[in-house]
Amino acid sequence: MLCQICNEQQATVHYTEIISNKAVELHLCEDCAKKKEIIDQSGNFSMADLVKGLAGFVETEDGEENLKCDNCGLLFSDFRKTGRFGCSRCYKAFQTELEPLIKRIHGSTKHVGSVVPLKHSKEVQTLSKIEKLKIEMEKAVQQEAFEMAAEIRDQIKKLEKGIKQ
Amino acid sequence: MPITKLVGQIAGWLEKEGPLSDIVVSSRVRLARNYDLIPFPHRANKEQLKEVISKTEKAIKNSKYLKNTLIIDMSDLTDIDIQFLVEKHLISQEFGKPKSEQILVVSDREIISIMVNEEDHLRLQCIQPGLQLLDSWRLINQATLELESQVEFAFSKTWGYLTSCPTNVGTGIRASVLIHLPALVITKQIGKVLQAVAKLGIAIRGLYGEGTEAYGNFFQISNQVTLGYSEEDIINNIESVVKQVVGYEENARTLMIKEDKKVIEDKIWRAYGVLSNVRIIDFQETLNLLSLLRLGIGLKMIGKIDRMLINRMFIITQPAYLQKLEGRKLEPYERDIARANLIRENLERRGK
Repeated sequence: MLCQICNEQQATVHYTEIISNKAVELHLCEDCAKKKEIIDQSGNFSMADLVKGLAGFVETEDGEENLKCDNCGLLFSDFRKTGRFGCSRCYKAFQTELEPLIKRIHGSTKHVGSVVPLKHSKEVQTLSKIEKLKIEMEKAVQQEAFEMAAEIRDQIKKLEKGIKQ
Repeated sequence: MPITKLVGQIAGWLEKEGPLSDIVVSSRVRLARNYDLIPFPHRANKEQLKEVISKTEKAIKNSKYLKNTLIIDMSDLTDIDIQFLVEKHLISQEFGKPKSEQILVVSDREIISIMVNEEDHLRLQCIQPGLQLLDSWRLINQATLELESQVEFAFSKTWGYLTSCPTNVGTGIRASVLIHLPALVITKQIGKVLQAVAKLGIAIRGLYGEGTEAYGNFFQISNQVTLGYSEEDIINNIESVVKQVVGYEENARTLMIKEDKKVIEDKIWRAYGVLSNVRIIDFQETLNLLSLLRLGIGLKMIGKIDRMLINRMFIITQPAYLQKLEGRKLEPYERDIARANLIRENLERRGK
């Protein structure tokens, strides 16, 4: 297949772009892909660019652009331009704005990893258990097993109480 | 110079075979970790980058797993040295640009390595031969937890381990498998496989070159999502996809033999003929011919060569590796001659 831009070289980069809710497939050669900044100079898909694309989609209300991380001084608008955070505290500073973006990337906004720092381990384990139970509860509701769903709900309440204390 | 030690050394993952070594070359698990408060490397100043290095070095000195590691200051290295480390699979393409305030930590046999001040403060990886993702994860996780008993990494209860790019947040894990799929390429089924795997939300790409044009028929399969699943789930998911792809490759091999065994046999022996007599050869042709030879070993058509020798030849015939072995800078034409000599020597030695 020839590159759709130059029509000269073999297309080796295959890429789907969403343009006004329609998926458009692009087949490009490496040179044209570099020019379009789909891949970086070493020929890899540049993750930063993809994230930048996604970050640009995040809808912001007035004033949110000027949100600033107290620790490193990064502005939310800087993040939208680069797709990169300045420091670990940026996550907290932009928490509300980030949720939809992180959901878009990972399909989830909750860490359920089995590895957590020692001092967090108990609490995080409980939180991850709650997440799993919530999924089970939804399944039970879908299957109209309401008694089971109610039981799971009680378990969740109990666990949540435990954390608050 | 500590890097000299790495030139003559064969990495652990190129020494022994592992599970499904016939088709799966290696398994790699990488974790991303950062220190709290200190800006991520791309926004940190010199002092802050130095602080990251000294914190890390101190923790490594007190670590059981990483005590006897090699510590390489990237600013001591030439461009060829850096490319050599990329070719050895020890660092990423991006590491070493710029190389100031960056260090590389390499364990015995190159099983564990840590890039300090790459995109994240720490990028810790473990490579093993064949399909051993779970085991690789256990090793790198133990080493990381040991460091974490001395230092604190940035962590949020909701979002897990915090990383410079939101695509790595959560577990910070990237599990990837290097897989050799010559029969799927030859029988032109690779496009379908690539599409099917991509639909599962798993990344698959050619190791050298992109898409279906992967030289040497090497592909890399890795997870994209790092949040919302446990490390074990992410690894099991990749392992089951890899096993499925291995199954497709095995079927393609059987089919190929059934349909035209002589044609395949001819291709493989021609590759052997060229490689054992070649005088000038570039890396791309080397990749394609070694790939056929590797297939020939898998199909038991060529019995006298060890598969691990072929795996090592893929690594040592790369441009920067060749120059490190020769001990000097070589022009492209000189490299092609040196590469040909190296290939012949290696095949002769084992062929007898």
